[in-house]
This record gives sequence, structure tokens and C-alpha cells, in this order.
Amino acid sequence: MSTPTEIPEGPSKVELAPGVGGGGEIPSFDVTLKVRRYDPEVSAEARWDEFKVTMYGTDRVLDALHKVKWEHDGSVSFRRSCAHGVCGSDAMRINGRNRLACKTLLKDLDTSKPITVEPIKGLPVEKDLIVDMEPFFQSYREIMPFLINNGHEPTRERLQSAEDRERFDDTTKCILCAACTSSCPVFWTDGQYFGPAAIVNAHRFIFDSRDDAGDMRLEILNDKEGVWRCRTTFNCTEACPRGIQVTKAIAEVKQAVLSRSV
Amino acid sequence: MQVHKYDVVIVGAGGAGMRAAIESGQRAHTAVLTKLYPTRSHTGAAQGGMCAALANVEEDNWEWHTFDTIKGGDYLVDQDAAEVMAKEAIDAVLDLEKMGLPFNRTPEGKIDQRRFGGHTRDHGKAPVRRACYAADRTGHMILQTLYQNCVKHNVEFYNEYYVLDLLMVEEDAVREDGTPYKQKRVAGVVSYDLASGELHVFQAKSVIFASGGVGKVFKTTSNAHTLTGDGMGIAFRRGLPLEDMEFVQFHPTGLAGLGILLSEAARGEGGILRNADGERFMERYAPTIKDLAPRDIVARSMALEVREGRGCGPNKDYVLLDLTHLEPAHIDAKLPDITEFARTYLGVEPYTEPVPVFPTAHYAMGGIPTNIKGEVLQDNDTVVPGLYAAGEVACVSVHGSNRLGTNSLLDINVFGKRSGINAAEYAKTADFVELPENPEQYTMDLLETVRGAAGTERVAQIRKELQDIMDANVQVFRDERSLTEALNVIASLRERYKNISVQDKGKRFNLDLLEAVELGFLLDMAQVMTVAALHRTESRGGHFREDFPDRDDENFMKHSMCYLDADAVTDVTAGIRMDTKPVVFTRYEPMVRKY
Repeated sequence: MSTPTEIPEGPSKVELAPGVGGGGEIPSFDVTLKVRRYDPEVSAEARWDEFKVTMYGTDRVLDALHKVKWEHDGSVSFRRSCAHGVCGSDAMRINGRNRLACKTLLKDLDTSKPITVEPIKGLPVEKDLIVDMEPFFQSYREIMPFLINNGHEPTRERLQSAEDRERFDDTTKCILCAACTSSCPVFWTDGQYFGPAAIVNAHRFIFDSRDDAGDMRLEILNDKEGVWRCRTTFNCTEACPRGIQVTKAIAEVKQAVLSRSV
Repeated sequence: MQVHKYDVVIVGAGGAGMRAAIESGQRAHTAVLTKLYPTRSHTGAAQGGMCAALANVEEDNWEWHTFDTIKGGDYLVDQDAAEVMAKEAIDAVLDLEKMGLPFNRTPEGKIDQRRFGGHTRDHGKAPVRRACYAADRTGHMILQTLYQNCVKHNVEFYNEYYVLDLLMVEEDAVREDGTPYKQKRVAGVVSYDLASGELHVFQAKSVIFASGGVGKVFKTTSNAHTLTGDGMGIAFRRGLPLEDMEFVQFHPTGLAGLGILLSEAARGEGGILRNADGERFMERYAPTIKDLAPRDIVARSMALEVREGRGCGPNKDYVLLDLTHLEPAHIDAKLPDITEFARTYLGVEPYTEPVPVFPTAHYAMGGIPTNIKGEVLQDNDTVVPGLYAAGEVACVSVHGSNRLGTNSLLDINVFGKRSGINAAEYAKTADFVELPENPEQYTMDLLETVRGAAGTERVAQIRKELQDIMDANVQVFRDERSLTEALNVIASLRERYKNISVQDKGKRFNLDLLEAVELGFLLDMAQVMTVAALHRTESRGGHFREDFPDRDDENFMKHSMCYLDADAVTDVTAGIRMDTKPVVFTRYEPMVRKY
């Protein structure tokens, strides 16, 4: 994260290779979406509905869900907002794996078979793909996810070296989508477990050189529902749409619990 | 129906709403009502940075920032407001750092700064490094940091509560010169709990609107699906004016065909735009600062290149953003997310290939008029006591006819903070305004009309046709013919909207119903934008009229004000009354805008 003083100036004119920048015909194909449906206003039982839609090579699972909702069945319910992987609204289980629907291209899935779409696991289902996020955010709030600094407030910014800033960079990427926590087998069986996302967000502060409350957070995570429940299955790391090394972050927190005051 | 009582109610939990909540929550009994979960707001999609004249890496001062903001907005900026924003920018950044925001750092450990479009040294001499940033996810970091501090201060959130009405009363009052008028006062809001389908009335002494923009009137947009102009629409339907709605910013570098934003930071870090001939065409349009010219100029230049046949790709309908002369390590350190977008969504490797880009609808410069305290105006100068607005939903106006990059993250922090403090201070001495009789009736009728509609039209189809005509006729280039045609299409879509039906008839998470209600706001706002664009027969900032290509200071150096008015009937503007409001000047004389 060093700061180059001079940015290279690009040439005024270049020869472009033929076909540069992509383009060409976008292929279209038919896919079957198999969606887990549940609406307690209609029935206490969940069911599967299948929808066949024609989609394009650049489309994502979210586009297919929109096509279903907008052209076939308006009652199909799911959360979404930004549609490019930064808001964290549309984590769901796609072909048995936790992903963001807006970041999963259909062409990267096997479209010869139905694509299954289910709500993420371990949180109460409210309707179709919508789950109750409150238990997830409750765990997040419990790790004190905010900077705590006991020193005098400086007039200017607090100084932090580029290396110290880099130390916790990975865990600042979290968008609280719950893909990691709801992919964790420990969390499925024990909803009291803090879960990977809360630990990731604790990590973000524990390893921030400006923060003074690391020991308090380590104390919280040394709890029986804390970091020691992690069985290192790496589901969370695989599920993270932001590429955060979640299991590594959990391991670093475990290490810190052992080596610090706790 | 439940009734809640708070000193301050904030509508929206993006950057402006949460910045306001941090202030208000520590001073008064405050609730935040949000259509989404708090960290889902589109502030999180902002990438490049937040400008403040910290002068951490080179000489800079807030007066230069003020000048750039005013010139960038093509002199339609209220200069007192721009001065407030540029001056308070420094504390706004330092506040965020103290709250924990992980800014990138200089070798000395200070907040690092980089170049951004239209931000210059000494009144336009050269680009200046003014944007404070955290890689290319500055907005994400701001949104997370503000939410973290809301958690710290125990701010009370009502998540997935969709506000649909603003409750106001009108009192007879007399102006200083003796003319009678109707003074509006805020009483509260009505919201729809998406989870249960129940209505909740919130009585409040102060209400802050911070509900974001209206990008979804366009097809190609960087905006989230949920940015449907609800806040502007609610205010407009309740008789408040909307200011400068013809000014929409088209961000130059949306991923071609998708509209997903690639930050201007790509050009701040050395990226350049090229046409099909491989030419760096911005050298012709803005010889001094080239690719770092303000967004309206770059977007128009790109559209011209395409129109004149120098576009790329099989349909020659985009240009290229070239990063290939930059070191991959530099790209990874400064632009990791946007290069990932290019890989994920277009399958293009930015280290070695230029990225297809085209302008994408990005930001509404206009909105609910406010003064520099964040107080909403019911006309050119009458404040609605207790009502505030901040962020994209508001028009202070600090952006004039074209916002500079990074100034929206700044706007939400400066005016979010001001609104939060002022709303809480007002609530300390004010009394509750009595709720109107049956406060929920209007909202209940609105929802039941939509839910009960048994027509044949589909919401998604009408929305698509609206977005298509807005992209085709009200985008970077406009003229009387294109705007008139758009208005006719919007009028017919409004008729068809009366004949919709929603399939989901339930109460629980009825997002089918939600989308139908949102479409109502989109139709209203598209009409307002187009009418305002038709009335401004000049070109300025983001509004370019091919039939009137020059800026006309004599007739149009003024803000437009649109009012809902059933009696305002002319050929194409039925129901919208146009008025104007003077621009506030302090020390900057309008000049020809060259870069």
C-alpha cells in the first residue's frame, strides 16, 4: 500500500488488437430454476417450484430470479439491492453452495440440470428465500464492532503506518451478507455460536493498531460459544463472496486468545 | 395500526441517514426507518473517495475545493453551501477517521489522498490529490463505519420499514409584507412494515429524509434496484417543491451493457479512455486535465465518440478504459474491487486488456430543496419547521448542474451531520404537531388500490418501457423532440399503470406490491425530470440540449422548482407547475467552463 509519487502517463495512441475489449454475440440458453418456496400465509409446508427461463451468457442467477418474478410468478420473494456484490442482500444457497445471486453467472453453473435455489441455512425462514437476519446481526453487535480508543482525541487524524493498516485489510471487506455464518455446520446445529462473520468483524478491530479493546473482544470470543467452536471446515472461506480468508482470520483470533492476556 | 412517538425520525439508513442518526441519537429520542437493512444502502457502492483539502500529500486549501465545486457545477451551485461543504470537509474526514474508518495511509501514516475528476490546484491549473480513500471501497468503509458507530450509540433502527407518506399540517400564516400563506408543519411519517404488512405511524417533532436517489428511472444505471425516488416522490405528492430535477449525472465509466460503476479513481490512478482507433480522445475535449475532466464533459465526449462511429465492439457502442500501462501491483493496491467487477461480469482481464465502458445514470443533482442547515423549504425561502433532508434526496444545492466525483460522500457526511444536530436541537424546544385525523388513510388507500388492482398490465413491463424511453430520450443528449416524445410515452405509461395487477396478495414480505408502489414513484419522478428538462432551453452541466447547446446565463442562471399542481395545465406539463429560484453568489463570477 505504498504511494507511488509518479503515475505513469499512458500513450496518446495505441494499436488495439482485433476484437479487443470483448464483445461479439452473447449466447442465449434455457435454464430451469428450482426454487424453494415457503409462505406460512399459504401453507405450513415448504415446496419446490420449477421455472424454465431463457437467459443470456452475461446473466446472473439474480437475473433469472428477476425474470421468474417479473414474468412468471410475482410472489417469488427474495431480497436484493445493489446487484453487483457489494450490498450483501442476496446471499442464498445455489446448487447447495452459499453465494450471492448477483455475483453468480449462470454460464459458470451446469445449466443442463435444474439450478436449485434455497434460503441460506441456520436462520429462520420468513418467506421463500428471505430469512430472519436478526440473530445474525445480534452476534455481530455482541463483539463490539466499533473502534474503542482510550487515548486523547487528537486534533488531526490518528497516525497509522501502511503496514499496520494492511494488517486487518482483509477483514474490512465484510459486507455482512451471512454467506459464511450460514455455511458453517457448527452454526447449523448451534445457533448460539457467534459464527464466522462476527469473528471476522472482531478480527477487524482486534488487529487495528488504533483500537484499545482487543482484550475485551478476545474475552467475549473465549466464551463457550466463541472461537473454540470453529472446527476449521473452511466452508466459510469458500462461501465468502468477498474472498476474505475467513478461516485464517478465525485462526488468528484463536492464536490471539492464547497468546494475549486471556 | 400502531402509533410510535419519537423526537426525531430519520427516513433512510445510508450514509446521510446514519451520519444524522449518530448526532441525533446522542441528543434526542431518535428512530431510523429504513426500507433495507442498514448496511445494504447504496452508499456502500461508492468507490473512489471523499475529497477534503487536508493537504496531506501536496499543497491544497478548502477555497480551491469550493471553487472547483462551483465551476464543476457550471455555476448553478449555491456558493454559500459549497463553501460550507468544502470548509467542513476537513472535519468530516477527520470525524470518520476517529470513528475508525480505515483510510489508506501515506508513508508518514497520514490519510493518503489521490486525484479525482475536476478537483484542481489553484483554480484549475492542474489535478490535485484531494480524495481521501480506502482502496476503491471508500463508500463501503463509510457505510460500515457509520453503522458501527450507530451500534456503539445504540441507535434504534426499524429495519425494512418502508416510509410511504409524510404527515404535515397547514396553518394560516402571514408574511412580513402582509401577504397570507399556508405554513406547513411536520407531524410525522407513515410506514409499511414489509415483514408483517402492517402500517406504523411515527409521530415526530423532527423528520429527516435521507432516502437516496432515483437512478432506476433509467435502464443503464449504477444505482441499486431499490433507488426508486421514494423520498422525493413522497415530498412532491405532499406539495413540496423539487429543485433542479433536470440535472442527472451520467457517470462515464459504467461497465458496457451493465451500468455497473467503475470508479473515476481508475482515471485518478492513471487509467485513460480510448476509442476504436486506440486514441486517447479526451486530449481533444479537455486538453489540460484530459481524462480527469468533470463527469458531464467526459460522458458527453464518450457519447460523441460513439455517435461519430469511433465506438468499439461489434455494435460500436462503447469505448475502452485502458489500465494496461499501469503496474498490476498498483492496480491491486488501489483498484482491487473494480478490476474484479470487470473480470466477473465481462470476463475481461484489466492487467492486459482495456475494459468496455459507457456512461451510466449515476446521481440526481436535484431533489428536495433545503438550506445549509438541512431545513426543507416549502417554496423559495419558507422553511417547514421540523422537516430536514440530506444526501442525494436533497438539493442544498452544492452540486449545481453537475456534481464532482467524491462530493456526494462528502455531502452525506457534512449535511447528514448538520441535519442530525439541527433536527435534534429543534426537537428539544418544539412541541409535537397533532397528527391529522386518520393519519394512515392515504397510505392504506394507496396500498389497497395497488393490491386490489385486477388489471392486465405487468409492473415489470411498464417499468422496462419507462427505463427504455428515459435511456433513449432523456440521457446525455436531449432536445425538444426527444423530451416531448418521452413525456407522451410517460403519460401513456401512467395510464397503463392504473390497469396493473400484482400477483402476490399476501401481507408477509409482499415485495410484488412493493415494486408496484415503487413504480408509481418512478413514473412521477420521470415526468418531473422530463418536464424540467423541457423547460430549461439551454445546456449546462449534466443537462445538454442539442437544440440549445450553449449555456444561457441571462435566462437560466437560476434553479428550477417543480410543484405538483392540478391547475397547471399546458400541452405537455399537465399537473406540474414550474418556477425558479435565484442562485446564491458569494465571490465567484461565472466564467466559461473549460478544462
